[in-house]
Amino acid sequence: MARIEFTRLAHSYQPRSKSGASAGAPASYALQPMDQIWEDGGAYALLGPSGCGKTTLLNIMSGLLRPSEGKVAFNSIDVTAQSTEQRNIAQVFQFPVIYDTMTVFDNLAFPLRNRRVAEAEVRARVQQVAEMLDLTADLKRRASGLAADAKQKISLGRGLVRKDVAAILFDEPLTVIDPHLKWTLRRKLKQIHQEFKLTLIYVTHDQTEALTFADRVNVMYEGRIVQAGTPQELFEDPAHVFVGHFIGSPGMNLLPCRVDGSSALVDGHAIALAPDRAARARGAAGELQLGIRPEFVALSAAARPGAIAATVRAIEDLGNRKIVTVGFGDRLLKVRIDEDDTVAKGPAWISFPEQWTRLYANGSAV
Amino acid sequence: MNKTFNNKAWFLVIPVFLCVAFSAIVPLMTVINYSVQDVLGPEQRVWVGLDWYRKTLTDPELHAAFFRQLEFSLIVLAIEVPLGLGVALTLPTQGWRASLCLVLLALPLLIPWNVVGTIWQIFGRGDIGLGGVLINHLGINYNYTSEAFDAWITVLVMDVWHWTPLVALLAYAGLRAIPDPFYQAAKIDAASRWAVFRYIQLPKLRGVLTIAILLRFMDSFMIYTEPFVLTGGGPGDSTTFLSQFLTTLAVGRFDVGPAAAFSLIYFLIILLFCFVFYTVIQNTGKGDGR
Repeated sequence: MARIEFTRLAHSYQPRSKSGASAGAPASYALQPMDQIWEDGGAYALLGPSGCGKTTLLNIMSGLLRPSEGKVAFNSIDVTAQSTEQRNIAQVFQFPVIYDTMTVFDNLAFPLRNRRVAEAEVRARVQQVAEMLDLTADLKRRASGLAADAKQKISLGRGLVRKDVAAILFDEPLTVIDPHLKWTLRRKLKQIHQEFKLTLIYVTHDQTEALTFADRVNVMYEGRIVQAGTPQELFEDPAHVFVGHFIGSPGMNLLPCRVDGSSALVDGHAIALAPDRAARARGAAGELQLGIRPEFVALSAAARPGAIAATVRAIEDLGNRKIVTVGFGDRLLKVRIDEDDTVAKGPAWISFPEQWTRLYANGSAV
Repeated sequence: MNKTFNNKAWFLVIPVFLCVAFSAIVPLMTVINYSVQDVLGPEQRVWVGLDWYRKTLTDPELHAAFFRQLEFSLIVLAIEVPLGLGVALTLPTQGWRASLCLVLLALPLLIPWNVVGTIWQIFGRGDIGLGGVLINHLGINYNYTSEAFDAWITVLVMDVWHWTPLVALLAYAGLRAIPDPFYQAAKIDAASRWAVFRYIQLPKLRGVLTIAILLRFMDSFMIYTEPFVLTGGGPGDSTTFLSQFLTTLAVGRFDVGPAAAFSLIYFLIILLFCFVFYTVIQNTGKGDGR
């Protein structure tokens, strides 16, 4: 178990160019320079679209990949140059990796036997892990004949079987698992985490998976961690427009705007802002966008003070809620309302509650 | 129920039927036809029933050729499969070096068989051949035209040179198809190089190795051109393998009847061996172990 620390860590898959000026140009980074700390015993999720650098980050942590810049430290000891084996880390991959010709027992015992653990202890540990993962009945079976979820449990078991692993890393481990089994396995993971207080790092592109698994979710975008926070923080206070539209279904509404006094102007419509936010926005450089979650837009049939005249264009009934598409000017907004609320196509009024209205300059929150 | 009779469908079936008939059934029937008759002349033939089969199966010369053939094939497999696998494991995996190695490796496969025989016939000669002269200079008495052992070695080395690349290329392709996470997981599990080979690479190569073994067995069991050019089956009949024995029988002595009977037996032997090999390899390590 370990506290993992990244110092000025960055990675580029292209060899660094020799000419000093363009050496390590930011565009070629698969992973932008970052400082990051992963506390011992934490459950972290890395959430992001394909190609954002999640797997690169994970492979650097496990030592499968050597970062082109910066340092990795476990418990303040520099391990950048150490191999995966020396770091004593476990990793579970997207597709179940099992040793086909071995039995389930031998599969689970493999990492221990390779490290020359005494056979009696191997037996005890394997039994324990098998019980934890409900694999006891299958121990004597050949691993290749099992279903995908059982195979993935074996992969996971090979990580858990060593007592002293620094961390267990998961690289989208539930991709090939049936939806109804995903819940079971995810709960199992959470349970194991609570019981053994291991450091778990979980990579996924599925926001539900990330939000239910982790205490803290790190959202990655274009090689950077754009926001790290609790699921609630990510939802209520996206620090980046990417977090806004990636998390939530549908994602955050984003409208180009400019700031005038203490309000934002969207196509000439004034929208009131919190005074301090408006002040910060006035000083911010770059393109401004106003962001608000569909859950927080207020929609009413009657005119109210401060509300903007709009038109309801479409209503989608999702069973437990309704998603309303509202047009005002040339802009389209998604609004989420309760299932029991009634709304009709045609004219309506929308307003933007001050405390939920966010502003972004060049993508970052102000 | 009303059935639709659509005779046009025949036009779709006939081409296949004709192809199969002319490429397989007609020649096979001709052979079967010969195998049960004694052909005395173009217009003279006598029905002999299964006599030729009986005679063939009890022919001591043929027995000798059969065991010689079997020995040859097994030695060839025992050398080429591990060697090819070893070569595949040591080849570079990417970059121009990989391409270069693959091209060099494939070269022997592109040379016509009689040319291979000629190359080795000259290479092994004690008076002018590079290999033959060199070995004799080392003080080893080597002459493949008079010593049965030398002839055997030469034929074996020639076959290994010619066909190991095939095994290597197949195994190489199989190795490239193993996804990276298997190797990464092995690193994480602290597996030794041997364990990686034994528990990841070898099981994943089962399919291609089966094909390699079958192909090499069939081909080596039917080998004809190369030893014919190299040694002509000699000295004596020490390198006379089944195909050559058959040719001598059918063309040399014009014993069409026994040759036909022998062809069919030959065919059945190869079929049987391949079936046994395939079944054994497919079932190895497939048991549930419960």
